[in-house]
Amino acid sequence: MATAAVETGIESRVHYLNASYGIKSWLLTTDHKRIALLYLASITFFFFVGGAAAVLMRLNLISPQGSLLEPATYNKLFSMHGIIMVFLFMIPSIPAVLGNFLVPMMIGARDLAFPRINLLSWYVFMVGGLFTLYAIITGGVNTGWTFYTPLSTTYANTNVIAAALGVFIAGFSSILTGLNFIVTIHKMRAPGLTWFRLPLFIWAIYATSVIQILGTPVLAITIVLVALERLIHVGVFDPAVGGDPVLFQHLFWFYSHPAVYIMILPSMGVMSELVTAFSKKRIFGYSFIAFSSVAIAAVSFLVWGHHMFVAGQSIYAGLVFSLLSFAVAIPSAIKVFNWTATLYKGSVSYQAPMLYALGFIGLFTMGGLTGLFLATLAVDVHVHGTYFVVAHFHYIMVGGAVMGYLGGIHFWWPKITGRLYPEGWARLAAAILFVGFNLTFFPQYVLGYLGMPRRYAVYPAEFQVLNVMSSAGASILGVGYLIPLVYMIWSMRYGPVAGPNPWGAKGLEWQTPSPPPTENFEETPIVTEEAYAYGTEEPQVA
Amino acid sequence: MSGHVVPKKLYILVFAALIVFTGLTTGVAFVNLGKWNTVAALAIAVCKASLVALFFMHLRWSSGLMRMVLVAAFVWFAILVTLTLSDEFTRQWTPVPSSWEARIQQQVR
Amino acid sequence: MHSSAALAEQFDDLQQQHEASSLGMWLFLATEVMFFGGLFTAYIIFRNFYLPAFEAGSRLLDVRIGAFNTAVLLCSSLTMALAVRAAQLGKKGLLITFLLLTLLLGLTFVGVKLAFEWRHDYLEGLVPGVNWTFSGPDSQHLELFFCFYFFMTGVHALHMVIGVGILTVLIVMAARGRFSPQRYNAVEMSGLYWHFVDIVWIFLFPLLYLIGGRY
Repeated sequence: MATAAVETGIESRVHYLNASYGIKSWLLTTDHKRIALLYLASITFFFFVGGAAAVLMRLNLISPQGSLLEPATYNKLFSMHGIIMVFLFMIPSIPAVLGNFLVPMMIGARDLAFPRINLLSWYVFMVGGLFTLYAIITGGVNTGWTFYTPLSTTYANTNVIAAALGVFIAGFSSILTGLNFIVTIHKMRAPGLTWFRLPLFIWAIYATSVIQILGTPVLAITIVLVALERLIHVGVFDPAVGGDPVLFQHLFWFYSHPAVYIMILPSMGVMSELVTAFSKKRIFGYSFIAFSSVAIAAVSFLVWGHHMFVAGQSIYAGLVFSLLSFAVAIPSAIKVFNWTATLYKGSVSYQAPMLYALGFIGLFTMGGLTGLFLATLAVDVHVHGTYFVVAHFHYIMVGGAVMGYLGGIHFWWPKITGRLYPEGWARLAAAILFVGFNLTFFPQYVLGYLGMPRRYAVYPAEFQVLNVMSSAGASILGVGYLIPLVYMIWSMRYGPVAGPNPWGAKGLEWQTPSPPPTENFEETPIVTEEAYAYGTEEPQVA
Repeated sequence: MSGHVVPKKLYILVFAALIVFTGLTTGVAFVNLGKWNTVAALAIAVCKASLVALFFMHLRWSSGLMRMVLVAAFVWFAILVTLTLSDEFTRQWTPVPSSWEARIQQQVR
Repeated sequence: MHSSAALAEQFDDLQQQHEASSLGMWLFLATEVMFFGGLFTAYIIFRNFYLPAFEAGSRLLDVRIGAFNTAVLLCSSLTMALAVRAAQLGKKGLLITFLLLTLLLGLTFVGVKLAFEWRHDYLEGLVPGVNWTFSGPDSQHLELFFCFYFFMTGVHALHMVIGVGILTVLIVMAARGRFSPQRYNAVEMSGLYWHFVDIVWIFLFPLLYLIGGRY
């Protein structure tokens, strides 16, 4: 054996990061771990572009006359913020980064079922992203991320088709990723890894993938119809020739409501991993959480009409959708109860991933409960189209999904990079984000309740104080997001070297070196214990 | 290597049935059955599609998982159609209040 | 054990690889069901709103050509199924023959559509957005019908053309001896795709051509 290197393993051992060098080895890789990092770079870029749009919006809203931006420009900004954040950040985020990296490792496989399709999905995503960027650069689009007709088909004179094309293409990336995960989880589990021994993150990714497969194609055809109508003015959505603009909303929301569950389910999966690892305790109610993921995926397709209560939808349909929207809240609530019960009497430690997890539980609950307000037909008549809705979905998407994403990134960072991030800075950033987030979005609940409409560049003067609070919070939020960007990149080179399992967590991914070798495991593991089998090992000798 | 080899005769039999069904559905289109024309057309189409799926696409000999995938797709399509139609076809059930009728007539003029 | 070059690295054995490929292709077909499903949904709604116009539009389509094309496509499904069978049995010559027949039948379908149906509609001024010149009663709703007609059959034809491309690749691969009884996944998966495109037409034909009150 050669003499031991000074470094305890990273440079002297061959792993997926140093197995081959050069740009071609990254751009032509089929290694799911490298593809995950390609996605990480892309979505981080899009996150900050979408964030920049939000910063400009909030700056404009400091004054009631909206003196920073023309209304037409403001409309383009909220549209681009929505399109980029939904389609180019949130939808791919956890599945394409954490899912791609972890799914094969968590099930003891060497790679996903279709590695080349995995690489293709990243290229498709990049093409879609570039089309969207092109749409921004050449003047933007002002229809909102929702592309409602007849504005998008008839009256808008902005780059609707380019932006729609970008979304259309990016959608295929989502479909391919979901397809890959479903086949992998069904067919490539290690010996002994039965369905009910799977980590709950896998259940969550599986449920998410089912939504991606069944929902995204409907968005695709709807976007094509919008483009067609815009080009040759068919009239499918134009009431003047007998079309129905609300039909667009049906087709659009049939995907876009389940899409919000694409955005939250993976984060809920991360939550199950974090809550168990940082309370060193088995999950409470494993099968309840597993089944609730599947239930959310299924029922999410039955509620889309709650976006259309005041769009001219029939009251009878509204009744049905309202009732079903109440039902869909139940499995989410079950998860929150189970995570809380897991924490109870656990050996809780408060590293950064846990801080994000605790933030998630509180903020997601608030966002989820306000969803019930919106599902109530009579209440929605008053708060639809106001900042109440904006606050609701940001509590879920940012307070929930993004916090889960950041918690997961921190948790698995040692596995991904072989380095530890600086814990002090991480906790500081988590705290800053929590404060900034609440300051930004809580006032928006009040604003919405008081009647301030969303997507407006100007507002009545009596709303100024709350708007200024929200904008102040947004600046704190912005700083909060920049801090991890800096220290994570720093840690890749200068962070302390991590061992295989710095958290002492259960799961197959922790039983292989950090960073893992390209084939993930020296030998295919054989699984004999339940998931989260904490408290079953012998006590450690001091 | 797995993969059920289907006898040629079965394929040809299925093909013959498909042609017969096609002739049937085309013929029925020229007979006045009122609203049952649509029902008949769809029923025959479902039969033909089932034959193709079961025999040409080997679902007859495939695992339950593959069948579930196709069934799930059609169920989800049914959800899309049903709930969308539940709105499109029931909007007229809520009549406009008579006091509004007059104002609408005024504006149209 | 990697028993042959046919086994990809991420799989443990050929059976797992075959099952994974099949499940993957079926999932893709599920996405296609939903893709066409959006169009069918819109069509169903407008057909119910504007029944007379849609029935009139349907009657303007040529049932004989539609039925002929349906038969052509069903025949191509037969030849495709027989092609897969030939691959399973390692009969290279038969495989290439059946793939070629499928390809020719597919081209026939597209050719008949373009040369006879769409050309005829173009000459009659029935192509919305291009040369719509019909000005009878209910013209707007009739135009809506033809929009759906062209778009739905157009998207279907696009899928056929893609299928023809795939078949061409398969024929070249088969000629180079790339398939064997242990290695014919690509043929089988392409077969599933081809049959699915046939199933879409099985629904398109009656919904567009046959429920127009032709009595």
